[in-house]
Amino acid sequence: MKEIRITVNGKPYELSVRPHATLLEVIREGLGLTGTKEGCGVGECGACTVIMNGKSVNACLVLAPEADGKEITTIEGLANGDKLDPIQQAFYEIGGLQCGFCTPGMIMSTKALLADNPEPSDQEIRKGLEGNFCRCTGYTKIFESVREASRKSRG
Amino acid sequence: MTTFYRRLTRFDYLQPASLDEALSMLGSYKGDAKPLAGGTDLIPQIKGREMAALRVVVDLKAIPGLDAITYDATKGLSIGATATVTAVERSPLVRQYYPMLANALTTMASPQVRNRATITGNICSAVPSADSAPTLLAMEAILRLQNQKGERLVPITQFFTGPRQTVLANDELITEIRIPVPPPKSHGVYLKLSPRKSMDLAVVGVAAFVVREGETCKDVRIALGAVAPTPIREARAESALLGKKLTDESIAEAAGAASSECRPIDDHRAAREYRCDMVYVLTKRALTQIKEEAL
Repeated sequence: MKEIRITVNGKPYELSVRPHATLLEVIREGLGLTGTKEGCGVGECGACTVIMNGKSVNACLVLAPEADGKEITTIEGLANGDKLDPIQQAFYEIGGLQCGFCTPGMIMSTKALLADNPEPSDQEIRKGLEGNFCRCTGYTKIFESVREASRKSRG
Repeated sequence: MTTFYRRLTRFDYLQPASLDEALSMLGSYKGDAKPLAGGTDLIPQIKGREMAALRVVVDLKAIPGLDAITYDATKGLSIGATATVTAVERSPLVRQYYPMLANALTTMASPQVRNRATITGNICSAVPSADSAPTLLAMEAILRLQNQKGERLVPITQFFTGPRQTVLANDELITEIRIPVPPPKSHGVYLKLSPRKSMDLAVVGVAAFVVREGETCKDVRIALGAVAPTPIREARAESALLGKKLTDESIAEAAGAASSECRPIDDHRAAREYRCDMVYVLTKRALTQIKEEAL
């Protein structure tokens, strides 16, 4: 076992992890934060996207010991109590989802995109979300939600 | 068909704090250890049980300075083993002096993968469609390989030996990719063809790089991905243009040579004939872009 210290959604944890566990397993099974989804498990679908030290990553491709010392934000870390993050609010208002499985990943990629580029063009939105698959919507309302989130975040 | 396994096999995780320590770990474990940089190829390979069980992964990311990206007006660009694709793609130095490389990297996978993956890893995985490979071949990159005993410099043109096979020994690391300074009056273009615009492998990748003297081509380098067992340089297409002007005729001749030289596979991604035809189209398009850019 390996001892790691990670901060998840602002809360510090000291954990003992299997060296061959993924960060995704630690988040979902160790910490019980099941908002982060496991889709393909090999970095194709983006359902497990979290933000690690400011960068979006696929949690299924990060080994738990690699996360030692890192700051991680998951979908559970966005809302402030009952107040949704502007991105969540935009997806909710526009209806940028159907089954909802890809939504946490979509929102985390949007978070990373807007942090880097608060006013993305349509092309930049497509590029920013290229690692997140949605099998229901056809993406139109998702991209619309991102545009709305960008407007909301800028006030 | 790859069987899907949710869990990784059991292995131990080592995190050397220096390059010497990493090399000695690889030396003592030999084939039972795998170096880990971004993990975006390694972890899916382990999950897919595509490799023999390994005992340890040696994470290189704690080695100070190994992620450096530097540029020197005489030596050129140096990319450290653990520099991420995102870091290289966004580096102002790369964008200014090696725009072809920055463009090629932008076509790779997704932000999440680029934030972790490394160019060194892309090269070491040695899939024929690796997006960084044609550009590195066209820019004549030199790889610095190190093991416990010493180091050797290998031109990238001699690195790949087959699909997923390279000259890298299991106790060696590529510690640095060096790319010479592009000569004055040089232009490069990388074009990638894939069925989908994102998250897809190249069906054909073409990197063209031309150095001109006056209006004639003093140096021509054309490299292709995904159309042979390894990424390749196209000597016949290159010599078709050498010493000539870039005209519609000379470009068509070079594109024809590239298309007749390549030996692609026939698979579910694309038929052999289609790939050959697309080598013609993309080589022509890349050279035409260079011709127009340079006006």
